Amino acid sequence: MKAALTIFIKECRESLRDKRVLLNALLIGPLIGPLLFVVILRATIGRELDRAERPLPVVVIGAERAPNLVEALRQQGMLVLPPVANVEAAVRAQRVPLALRISDSFAEDWSAGRTAQVDIIYDSSHREGGTQLTRLRGMLLSYSRRTSAMRLVVRGLSPEVGTPLIIGDRDQATPQARAALLFAMLPYFLILTSFLGGMWLAIDSTAGERERQSLEPLLANPVPRAQILLGKLCAAAAFSFTSLTLGLMAFALAARFLPTQRLEMSLNLGPGLVAIILPLMIPLVLLIVVTQMVVSAFAKTYREAQTYLGLLQLLPVIPSVLLSLMPISPQLWMYAIPLIGQQLILMGLLRGESIATHVFLLTTLMTLLVLIIVFLLARKIYQSERLAVNA
Amino acid sequence: MIEVEQLHKSFGSKIAVEQVSFSARDGEITGLLGPNGAGKTTTLRMLYTLLRPDRGHIRVDGFDSMLQPLQVQRCLGVLPDARGLYKRLTARENIHYFAQLHAMDPAMIERRTTALTAALAMQDIIDRRVEGFSQGERVKTAIARALVHDPRNVVLDEPSNGLDVMSTRNLREFLRQLKSEGRCVLFSTHIMQEVAALCDRIVIIASGRVVADGTPESLRELAHESSLEEAFVKIIGAAALETLT
Repeated sequence: MKAALTIFIKECRESLRDKRVLLNALLIGPLIGPLLFVVILRATIGRELDRAERPLPVVVIGAERAPNLVEALRQQGMLVLPPVANVEAAVRAQRVPLALRISDSFAEDWSAGRTAQVDIIYDSSHREGGTQLTRLRGMLLSYSRRTSAMRLVVRGLSPEVGTPLIIGDRDQATPQARAALLFAMLPYFLILTSFLGGMWLAIDSTAGERERQSLEPLLANPVPRAQILLGKLCAAAAFSFTSLTLGLMAFALAARFLPTQRLEMSLNLGPGLVAIILPLMIPLVLLIVVTQMVVSAFAKTYREAQTYLGLLQLLPVIPSVLLSLMPISPQLWMYAIPLIGQQLILMGLLRGESIATHVFLLTTLMTLLVLIIVFLLARKIYQSERLAVNA
Repeated sequence: MIEVEQLHKSFGSKIAVEQVSFSARDGEITGLLGPNGAGKTTTLRMLYTLLRPDRGHIRVDGFDSMLQPLQVQRCLGVLPDARGLYKRLTARENIHYFAQLHAMDPAMIERRTTALTAALAMQDIIDRRVEGFSQGERVKTAIARALVHDPRNVVLDEPSNGLDVMSTRNLREFLRQLKSEGRCVLFSTHIMQEVAALCDRIVIIASGRVVADGTPESLRELAHESSLEEAFVKIIGAAALETLT
């Protein structure tokens, strides 16, 4: 065991002196996720909020035919733009965001109490068109409803006659759950951070040492191969885990800079949650690192190992994408699969749910089981002749 | 004392080493001489248990390499063909790393490091990071690292590779010193002058087989040549002819 400790200390010391490892494992790895997160979310949230409050510019054709309507829309936040020639072409060319055409017979129909027509001219392939269209339609409908109620009152009828059905929106999502939708990528980022944190040491400890020709002298020492493997594994896991902890702290900090309150959402990444997430991730971090070591033991060079691990890194994307595309409710067996189990539990924690002990244990024990199998495989590779000589 | 008996190793269908037997005694320098690709490195790799022989036995100070590999590694100091150092560590840290892997106690590590630093004239470089070392400085550090645990037997694979004239002279001097301390020194080379200048015994390997084994004088007599180089060429040539027929 003493030899494993010696190797662990030496690997850590050497890596701490490597600027590239420090930069990648302890800076870029943990920070890239939270940073992207803040930038993207701030932009999205900010735009959505602004848009709801900003004046809505609409080109109005035939405004003189419906002065009351236009005035009512203006009060609701519409900015009336002067008419342009060939408005359809202008909308298609995106020179005009949205246009409203008031029909020629509008004034006549309106005063006669007949249904009067207005047309909204828009381009549904335009990225920002959706929200603006919904806003304009909402304004028109509310004006239409108000007028219909007034007409009924004038005729001595209750406005309720014209409204047989009323729909109420009762969203049951808690503010935390709403935020979790927004933070669906967070578990993936955390797992990715663990991948990046241990990657450099995992490559360096086998493919790297072989390429720099220091593996052969190392293996000539009277140390069982399993101890060499263990020392290197622990060093890589220590970096991976540090990276994950830093990443988690960065996320907790990043969450404070998001205007989540304005959207009635809350992201609770307090110390209590971190205290559950870290032990949950320990077996997964070890599994990730030992897998990386097995893969890089097969590579002949540093570069080859880097390529393989780049591909391996895409593995945790699969459950993330599947879970976000297909909103299946988690079944118990899913928690038995390493990677998926942790992602589901992380999602649950972020939604503010409490995780049942047996679910936590199931994921942890299954991950440990797979970890032991991959470790035995790694030990076999470390005992083989080709580890040192094949290059 | 290193004894090699009927060693055989093949990689797939390619036979690398066949029926190799020789011994290297304490207090002597034994040279393993042969052209490139003759099987010298493979033989030495089996010696320090990196490769497993298909057949045959290796004993180092009486320990069997297959049955007691850790014991064998403990009594061997090895300078392999690949002699990579950890460039972000200092020379001293490189040496201490291997010393700790040999489970030496700190006082002993200090004593040995001081002794080797003096013997190899490394005072100027001992606390510098290995990155940027010259070839000669690298070899010195690698030798110090290999000998830190004070092994009775020293195995060196082409130790003078890439060294300039002065460094080579210093290395030879150092090997003679190891011999005078009563150690068993075994090294491989493809350079004639090296064995002529140093060895008490010469084992010539060609195409994976031992083709001659003896003192420099007996080899000259065997080939009826006055110069060792001529004898070498003649013996290798005869071996090549033999394998062809």
